[in-house]
Amino acid sequence: MSVRYLSCGDTAFTVEFGNEISPEINGRVMALHAAIGRAKETGDLTGVVETVPTMRSLMVAYDPLATSRADLQPRIDLLIARGLAAGMASRRVTLPCCYDDPEFAPDLAEVAERTKKTTEQVIAAHLASPFKVYVLGFMPGLAYVAGLEQSLYLPRRTQPRVRVPRSSVAIAMDMTTIYPFESPGGWHLIGRTPLWMFDKRREQPVFLAPGDSLSFQRIDRKTYDRIARDVEAGTFDWTKLVLVKE
Amino acid sequence: MTAALKVVRAGLFDTLQDLGRRGFMALGMPTAGAMDRVALTLANALAGNSANTAGLEIGVMGPDLLVEADSVRVALVGPLSPTLIDRPDAPPKPIESDRSHLLKRGQTLRLGMIEGSSTAYLAVAGGFALAPFMGSLSTYPRAGVGGFEGRKLAAGDALPLAREHASPGDDRKLATAFDYGRGPVRIVWGPQEDYFTDRGRRTFVEADYRVSKEADRMGIRFEGPTIEHAVSVAKGGADIISDGIAPGAIQVPGAGLPIVLLADRQTVGGYPKIATVASVDLPRLGRLLPGQTVRFLAISVEEAEKLRREQEARLLRAIADFKVARPPGGIDLARLYEENLIDGVVFERPQA
Repeated sequence: MSVRYLSCGDTAFTVEFGNEISPEINGRVMALHAAIGRAKETGDLTGVVETVPTMRSLMVAYDPLATSRADLQPRIDLLIARGLAAGMASRRVTLPCCYDDPEFAPDLAEVAERTKKTTEQVIAAHLASPFKVYVLGFMPGLAYVAGLEQSLYLPRRTQPRVRVPRSSVAIAMDMTTIYPFESPGGWHLIGRTPLWMFDKRREQPVFLAPGDSLSFQRIDRKTYDRIARDVEAGTFDWTKLVLVKE
Repeated sequence: MTAALKVVRAGLFDTLQDLGRRGFMALGMPTAGAMDRVALTLANALAGNSANTAGLEIGVMGPDLLVEADSVRVALVGPLSPTLIDRPDAPPKPIESDRSHLLKRGQTLRLGMIEGSSTAYLAVAGGFALAPFMGSLSTYPRAGVGGFEGRKLAAGDALPLAREHASPGDDRKLATAFDYGRGPVRIVWGPQEDYFTDRGRRTFVEADYRVSKEADRMGIRFEGPTIEHAVSVAKGGADIISDGIAPGAIQVPGAGLPIVLLADRQTVGGYPKIATVASVDLPRLGRLLPGQTVRFLAISVEEAEKLRREQEARLLRAIADFKVARPPGGIDLARLYEENLIDGVVFERPQA
């Protein structure tokens, strides 16, 4: 499978693995992201500043004072030719989500109606979806999480909301997401997690990372309130949500 | 008492910025950082700091800063007309930009308006005593992180200084204003130039584009002739599967007008990007004002890299060429010796 190199000026280029969304293509993106990360740690690839993975491509940012496109591109080619082994540690993350309060899930009834399900069936389908984090972007910590069960596919709302509360859990198209900040948004709100996807007080302010497997765990309002208090106070133990698999 | 610069009157949009937050774009974290890397680097060099020290980026109009330290050396770079007020009741007296100044407790530095650029910089010798966020002091207000409380400065803020008082030594100034270059803004085609027709690409490099009022640290919307997409917008010609956004990326949404994405740009985006501004010309973009027009000129990646390296060499030369700045009424020994060597006259020439 050949790749395309796309110019992004003299400080970056994009390695494009395909022009479609597929787990195979994204797997190669993530494997190159990891391979470049390892090469950087061992002192190879001097001048590479960072890499930005997306669904189907990897942007490689570099310092033109320390290296050049002509020097870097063959090295990236070599990394790809050697084979992009998976084998990197992958995280399984479980996020508590409260679907029960109408304040948290203002679009749940409409989603049920449009997908010809009961609200319980919508929740069950969301809980059963094999989610994976593909990209973070748009705002710090906002994850594009694909893998939504097909029966829940809906286009975005025709009228986006001006204010979507922080930590709203939403769906649109084949994806789900969690809003890291209060912001405008056009996705369908079906629940809310008590967790913050971006918390500047944490050593790792952004919780999710590209490549994470993700599932939701249903909680009631009382549990939500209890966890929300701990998150607010900064005493919540985040480690228990993450399982790392080699 | 902690040494500080106190904001007694806020400017329009003043934030602390270094050369940017690197390494976290994969988590959706924008780099932020100085809009004009050249001016911040010069200001830091005048103050005796390393290039990546955070300085104050002044947007359009600067604040009034009261010195709450025994002394502090500040360096100003940019077309400012600053004044210094010795005591609360004293009249402001003009001081020069593009140089460093030794300030004393109780003085107020009034930075004033910037003329002919949207940004200017103030560096303090030793830097600010603030904790970096994700490795950088660059302010990113949308997430409320970096700099001073993650936001632009407001009246009453006290910016803590790393040094209680200034180190001894001369003030320094730029020998000549740094040449940012004139003429067209250099761009490199891509990453999605194939999303546009030949005619669309020609329009982009042959027309004048005017900076609209929608110009900020995130990017600049330009006004001018529309750029034709290869596939009609209705059929998705202005949509791509989101990919990474480099500094200076020029995206062209369905309306056909270019938007240059700058320091506070988001990390990924779903509009096709016809071209990317060469890094040598990014500082010029960071200085543009609404109403100014630019023309774009396509060059190769190799040329862009070469121009950037040449600019870096010129920047280092400008720093090596700093002159000692004479305090008003004081004696400039360095200049005295220099003139003595040149024409054998020890006395200063009379002012013309």
